[in-house]
Amino acid sequence: MKVTIVDYNSGNISSVINSFKEVAKDKVNIEVTADLNKIKSSDKVVLPGQGSFKSCVDALNKINGLTETLTEFAINNKKPLLGICVGLQMFADIGYEETETKGLGWISGKVSKIDNRNGKYKLPHIGWNQINIVKQSKLFENVENNSHMYFVHSYEFIPEDKNVISATTDYSSNIVCSVETENIFGTQFHPEKSDKLGLKIIYNFISI
Amino acid sequence: MLKNRIIPCLDVKNGRVVKGINFVDLKDAGDPVEQAKIYSDGGADEICFLDITASNENRDTIYDVVERTSKKCFVPLTVGGGVRSIDDINKLLNCGADKVSINTAAVENPKVVLESSKKFGSQCIVVAIDAKKNGDKWEIFTHGGRNNSGLDALEYVKKMEDNGAGELLVTSMDRDGTQIGYDVELMSNIASNVNIPLIASGGVGNLDHLVDGIKLGNASAVLAASIFHYGKHSVQEAKEYLDSKGIPVRI
Repeated sequence: MKVTIVDYNSGNISSVINSFKEVAKDKVNIEVTADLNKIKSSDKVVLPGQGSFKSCVDALNKINGLTETLTEFAINNKKPLLGICVGLQMFADIGYEETETKGLGWISGKVSKIDNRNGKYKLPHIGWNQINIVKQSKLFENVENNSHMYFVHSYEFIPEDKNVISATTDYSSNIVCSVETENIFGTQFHPEKSDKLGLKIIYNFISI
Repeated sequence: MLKNRIIPCLDVKNGRVVKGINFVDLKDAGDPVEQAKIYSDGGADEICFLDITASNENRDTIYDVVERTSKKCFVPLTVGGGVRSIDDINKLLNCGADKVSINTAAVENPKVVLESSKKFGSQCIVVAIDAKKNGDKWEIFTHGGRNNSGLDALEYVKKMEDNGAGELLVTSMDRDGTQIGYDVELMSNIASNVNIPLIASGGVGNLDHLVDGIKLGNASAVLAASIFHYGKHSVQEAKEYLDSKGIPVRI
């Protein structure tokens, strides 16, 4: 099996690479590339993302044919894809970080700044927070409800169809922290930085 | 609910831990990677390396340490000390650091914070300050506390927030190394002046000081070095203590 981590200059992805290699051991081939053919021939794809919504979308669009290839992979061929942090946010139709920016439009919804309640809550939302699992999910197999995951973000994904939400977390409001459709998975938190339970989630994705 | 974080900090010099945990089962007590692994296995919410390597020719040792640590520890890793440029930040991130803390360079050239937060995202840019009380204000010192910049700490942190810093690591020079507790007045003044999280540092001598840093200093995270060294307290003990005082922690 081959799992590809898409390397599209979206910021620092070494931790994502290290964690997937740790989980995969020698059994699964972890490829780090933006090569379209290699993505097409993958069994699973990981779409990381750090920095702003706009900078990640711009970076994706800079690589000719990448957006189309990923859409074909996830939407047409329905192969498993995991978005992490801004990687998840880009599933949305639109994001409002820096300026209004069109997303991939795979899951209807928008990405807006977290309401800090007039400064009562610090932003970014940084640190360990508990996840509230709201639907049965392949990613959360053997992961208990209320497990702690590591977050760092100031924007949140608000999907139109609430049925895609697989987990939320409590901060200034109830924040969507994980989505799951048939084959598209996304976590707002960073499984690669969430210690053993995070590695478990990565294992679950690889095992789908 | 978001938990308050406990961050053990290791001083690293020429690729070796200067002070550290003294456990018999350690193969190499001076290896930062082994120490970091003990902390992360013990429940540390993040790990911090402060590179205090003095000479330039040995600077590269930290990259190797970060690279090896990031393959073993799967909690966030912050690296600071001697970070001068976008290029330094880029190298540390590529080696596997999750955040980089910038101290002197941010004072001398605030653009470094602006440009690096734009390039890499605010989430990985920590601005570290060394502050010392002078009359009714706190002043920012640079170069490991040797030079007084004369800058007012409260004004400076506001500017750093505007420049895109994702977090502040605030060390009280009056308290650092004293083990009499954080300067909670400094911490709470800064915390109420900005909307980004504050990591308190400098002066921890016992577990109550960690509680004070959060309850009185309004810190989102508490950083400590010596109380975790030589096995005086484990991270787990610290967390259980904070929990018993009603502070939300990840246990």
